[in-house]
Amino acid sequence: MSYPKELKYTKEHEWAKVEDGKVRMGITDFAQRELGDIVYVELPEVGREVKQAEAIITVESVKAASDVYAPVSGRVVEVNGELEQHPEYVNQDPYGKGWMALLEMSDPSELDALLDAEAYEKLIGEAEGEG
Amino acid sequence: MALKRTPFFELHRKLGAKLVEFGGWEMPLQYTSILEEHRAVRESVGIFDVSHMGRIEVTGPQALDFLQHLIPNDAAQLDVDQALYSPMCNEQGGTLDDLLVYRLPDRWLLVVNAANTEKDLRWIQQQQAQRFPSVEIRDATRASAQIAVQGPRAEETLQKHVEVNLARLGYYRAVETEYFKEPILISRTGYTGEDGFEVYGPPQAVVQLWKELIKAGVPPVGLGARDSLRFEASYPLYGHELDEETTPVEAGLGWTVKDKPVDYVGKDVLLQQKRGEGVRKRLVGFALREPGVPRQGYKLYRKGEEEEAGYVTSGMKAPTLNAFLGMGYLWGSEAPPPGSAIEVEIHGKRRRAEIVKMPFYRGSVKGRS
Repeated sequence: MSYPKELKYTKEHEWAKVEDGKVRMGITDFAQRELGDIVYVELPEVGREVKQAEAIITVESVKAASDVYAPVSGRVVEVNGELEQHPEYVNQDPYGKGWMALLEMSDPSELDALLDAEAYEKLIGEAEGEG
Repeated sequence: MALKRTPFFELHRKLGAKLVEFGGWEMPLQYTSILEEHRAVRESVGIFDVSHMGRIEVTGPQALDFLQHLIPNDAAQLDVDQALYSPMCNEQGGTLDDLLVYRLPDRWLLVVNAANTEKDLRWIQQQQAQRFPSVEIRDATRASAQIAVQGPRAEETLQKHVEVNLARLGYYRAVETEYFKEPILISRTGYTGEDGFEVYGPPQAVVQLWKELIKAGVPPVGLGARDSLRFEASYPLYGHELDEETTPVEAGLGWTVKDKPVDYVGKDVLLQQKRGEGVRKRLVGFALREPGVPRQGYKLYRKGEEEEAGYVTSGMKAPTLNAFLGMGYLWGSEAPPPGSAIEVEIHGKRRRAEIVKMPFYRGSVKGRS
């Protein structure tokens, strides 16, 4: 499994990529593997104001629905409409074609609360150890 | 309590299965991907370990009379080496379980849901003790194994490994044969909507057959695809469409409720319901007209109405049909006809849906007994 160094991560298995004042987000490779085949992604409306750790996206796998949380507070400025026709992108390319939303950050200091790749890998190492 | 494991457990692990708890057993949810495994069975063939199903043998000269008392379907109509699908009900007509009943030359075999096996055994023994002292009941679950070979290519695939002529085995017919000198039972049955077989026998023989099939390139299929396949074929799943609060008539299984000349458990209620009296709810199939995945327990409404009209029992984005479909109960004695507009509450928002006919999908399965 891969966890790019340039991304930030949450304990809830979202990734966040800072792109000049904005944050692109999705779910991690670990998360997509745990969920299995993703069949539908319910995206937030563009323009919606969201708070850090608020559930803003629902990912439906064959078996279950899971919430995806905003890694930072801000406003939704773009969503990945491609996922409507191709939810499998989340499984195939979670950090690329499987991105979900782009947020305009309201408080960049919130990024400090996120994990770097190393800390995230340690976290999921522990999660996998439980199985 | 430790989870039970089938004789295939180590093989599942070696195949890289994702394991889950199901009905007290540690079972493979998927090996590669639910969607891939689903497609394999629809388009070609796949094999399932279903050894977690309960296998109960019934013997004795009174066995048929006992089964006639126990289930609403008519076991007397079975030939030797034929099987029957039936619910098993309580006095109120509530469904205790749904099962396959095999009439074999020297015994009857009941195949029940894994999660219900212990409850069923208690119920069956209690019913037996009351009126059928000479009938013997044996739990054969742990002493045997069971696999399913399912898909349009099931016959040609399995035929390469067994001597009996499968082309001559009709739907819901069974044959006893030998595999590596062990007695096995093969029936043309399944739970996928496709043609296929189930094979029962001593663990070592059935494991050997599984290994041969895997070696021949047949993909293993987990419980995830078993559920999505049965869902598209609109087969009920106990704990979803069926439970003790639901009668077979309400579940659309009126065809399994027979007016037999003998009394059986739940007969009065079930026959009344079959005449349309006292039916509290009806199982319906529905298709979403906007995206959303209905799941068990979500609420159903009639279009524009405030009052809850029913509940979802199963739902998913159906892999073969590529549509958001669900099954659920609507309160009342009559189900609205196909095309009727309803609404499903998904994540706090009502979505438009429409009643559609079941089964959602008809595969290569030969028929219904």
